[in-house]
Amino acid sequence: MTIRRILIANRGEIAVRIIRTAQKLGLETVLAVSEADRGSLGAQMADRALCIGPARPGDSYLRVETIVQAALGSGCDAIHPGYGFLSERAALAQLCEHEGIIFIGPTAKQIEAVGDKLRARTEAIAANVPVVPGGPVDSMAEAQKLAEEIGAPILVKAVGGGGGRGMKLVEDLKDLTATMDMASAEAGAAFGDARVYLERYVAQGRHVEVQVLGDGAGKVVHLGERDCSVQRRYQKLIEETPAPHLPDDIRAQMHEAAVRFAARLDYRGAGTVEFLYDVARNQFYFLEMNARIQVEHPVTEMVTGVDLIAEQIAIANGEGLRFGQEDIRIDGAAIEIRVNAEDPARDFMPSPGTVSAVSWPQGNGIRVDTHIVDGAKIPPFYDSMVAKIIAHGPDRGTALDRLKGALRETRIEGVSTNIAFQAESLADPDFETGGVDTGFLARRAAKSG
Amino acid sequence: MSLTAKDVEEIMKLLEGSSFDRLVLEVDGLKLELERGGSGAPRPARQAAAPAPAPAAPAVAPAAPTAQARRSTEAGLVEVKSPLLGIYYRAPKPGEPSFVEVGSKVDTETVIGIVEVMKLMNSVPAGVKGEVVEILGQNGELVEHGEVLLLVRPES
Repeated sequence: MTIRRILIANRGEIAVRIIRTAQKLGLETVLAVSEADRGSLGAQMADRALCIGPARPGDSYLRVETIVQAALGSGCDAIHPGYGFLSERAALAQLCEHEGIIFIGPTAKQIEAVGDKLRARTEAIAANVPVVPGGPVDSMAEAQKLAEEIGAPILVKAVGGGGGRGMKLVEDLKDLTATMDMASAEAGAAFGDARVYLERYVAQGRHVEVQVLGDGAGKVVHLGERDCSVQRRYQKLIEETPAPHLPDDIRAQMHEAAVRFAARLDYRGAGTVEFLYDVARNQFYFLEMNARIQVEHPVTEMVTGVDLIAEQIAIANGEGLRFGQEDIRIDGAAIEIRVNAEDPARDFMPSPGTVSAVSWPQGNGIRVDTHIVDGAKIPPFYDSMVAKIIAHGPDRGTALDRLKGALRETRIEGVSTNIAFQAESLADPDFETGGVDTGFLARRAAKSG
Repeated sequence: MSLTAKDVEEIMKLLEGSSFDRLVLEVDGLKLELERGGSGAPRPARQAAAPAPAPAAPAVAPAAPTAQARRSTEAGLVEVKSPLLGIYYRAPKPGEPSFVEVGSKVDTETVIGIVEVMKLMNSVPAGVKGEVVEILGQNGELVEHGEVLLLVRPES
């Protein structure tokens, strides 16, 4: 089967990003839009926009049946889920498989395998990929014993949680029982799954992830790593590649571990294996695998020259991997900042509204992924991330200078954004040196009082 | 201006006899797009499952099909919209009479059609009391959330 027409089950910048590659490949695009996104740039660019429901994601972008019906009814042979929304819902991949529609992503089984944290951890151990010391516990006695082995401080994590949700820190082992009871009750209420597990708490860690592509038959290549340690409340804000000052042996081991993990699953498509690098111990641990294209994929594209969306489509189309590991070269460095429509002065409150005027940066090594044009609406129903500004250069210093220049050139009127906040982070001496840990932004916030 | 099925057939013949691959005709808010060779006919599997097959469609289903243009210019008509995206059926089953025709009297609860989402049939109430003036939704075709299915002259 050959993909000729793709339904894009997403919105915002990633919808525009996918449409661009589809158009370059000569493919037709149908964009599923909610009522709030009828006038969006993606809706204008796509060959057809189909309104799938009201603005609220639960009534539109998260409806599996509606998305598949939209694809069938508009003659699409494939669905690209983007990131977020239904991208990691096995139910969508499964219904596509059932209806003979190509899901541009992994199989439903693979999504399930990596979606459950305990299962993913078991898979990691089986693939000889290091994991954070810890594990599931069925009783309080078991928990006490394991906690003593790991040593405080310890994290109690919800099996169904993620993105920083459903975690609790135990600094003193005498608090373990109380914290576990609370964590389990909260997890049951929030995720419908009361299971929790224990994990060593890494005081100084860096979030480093490896981009992989798999052909679905056991062949996997990696496209280097990304350092996403600049985070606020577990939300990534700045991402870059290569990870600065990461020991070369660790970097190589991470790449190999990511490939081993994905290969064991016969992983199909683009995926990201996330690791926590324990700075003090000079060790890394498997965190999770994201079975989709990532927000921060452009930095990888900038240094490898590979269009990851095009490769996703090629793999989904049965063309397999179109290059080997030896063909992938990392050229220079790239840094990305996420532009969020939010107000840092008001505790990062979302700032939806209409963008009256916008001017995006241009120039050597600069790329902007966005759906924001003059008059664009930023509805209050969705994520506040509205653009990514990426700078590439022959080395990190050049990329950083270019990014700083690009931010100075950027003007967005009508809504508040975090651009000035991001520029301050880029100018921080620690960031300029490179290799900050995930506590970087919290320390900056504490310093500024 | 409006086109009958016969008109469309004539235009298709013209395209067939010409050296062009694609024809776009736009008159008074009505848009007709034809393409030679077919770039995505409806899936056979779905056609078989459809309770009420659509009348013979043009050879091609372009990505951006032509929405039925509203003809009635009468003021005060109420638009009855599809409450969700799906396949619109005018009759409960193939071969059975349509729920409503032009001229039918409807009440707010009167079912005017069915919208199917992955084999789940959702009946669509008129939501207004009055007389059906025009039917815009195409039987067996995909309708969007909020797409106008028919126009009703409300009873005061």
